[in-house]
Amino acid sequence: MTKQPADPDLLFKALADPNRRKLLDLLHAHDGRTLGELCEHLDMSRQGVTQHLGVLEAANLVATLRRGREKLHFLNPVPLQEIYERWIAKFEKPRLKALADLKQQLEKT
Amino acid sequence: MARSTFVYVTYIRTTPEKLWSALTDAQFMKQYWFGMHCECQWTAGSPWKLVSETGQVLDAGDIIEAEPPRRLVIRWRHQNKPEFKAEGDSRCTMELEPVGAAVKLSITHSIERDSSKLIEAVSGGWPKILSNLKSLLETGSAVLADPYPAATARAG
Repeated sequence: MTKQPADPDLLFKALADPNRRKLLDLLHAHDGRTLGELCEHLDMSRQGVTQHLGVLEAANLVATLRRGREKLHFLNPVPLQEIYERWIAKFEKPRLKALADLKQQLEKT
Repeated sequence: MARSTFVYVTYIRTTPEKLWSALTDAQFMKQYWFGMHCECQWTAGSPWKLVSETGQVLDAGDIIEAEPPRRLVIRWRHQNKPEFKAEGDSRCTMELEPVGAAVKLSITHSIERDSSKLIEAVSGGWPKILSNLKSLLETGSAVLADPYPAATARAG
């Protein structure tokens, strides 16, 4: 495996599909599921789900563990945390400050 | 048996040796683990403790396996909150695997019970710690100095 799993393009492309986001939601609700269990919740062929899981795994959003003959899928929240720090936290701060200032103004009068 | 498991994976542009040292050096650890550090000899059988900035022992246990710079398994029991402590021993496995110019760090934290509160609690912490560790090793500085920056911003 020589691809760069930390590539943000892979991450954003992986998130840009509703079925893949649904898979992430399913894993968030109940982690450690097999392919068969995930297929039950999606109106899609087994092969289609396998492909989507492959994209999510390449973006490091899904990690797999083998337990006996089963392959279990886990949501990996680390790349989402990195998006949060890189793309969300810094834009959120000015807004929080604006709200805090507003509260202070309103409560003063 | 029912089991709660969380898996965390991050790819860090470093070497397994440097990453092993980052995971086991108490002084270095404080920079990305929000001031906390581990006290341990890092050999199989040795006691292990996670200690807060103020010296409080938050978690304790022992090293089940230590194979530098590849694999570390910790028997991990929470000490602070009674409801987490009551859940008993959890197991935290850290695996380091070179991938190209990076190292794949996989952390698996599990406990032999369904819907574990401890595992739910650590699942909020690990992504932040690992994201900080990655930034620190790759750029020389941690991103988050505070685990709850939004809460601090509101309070300030």
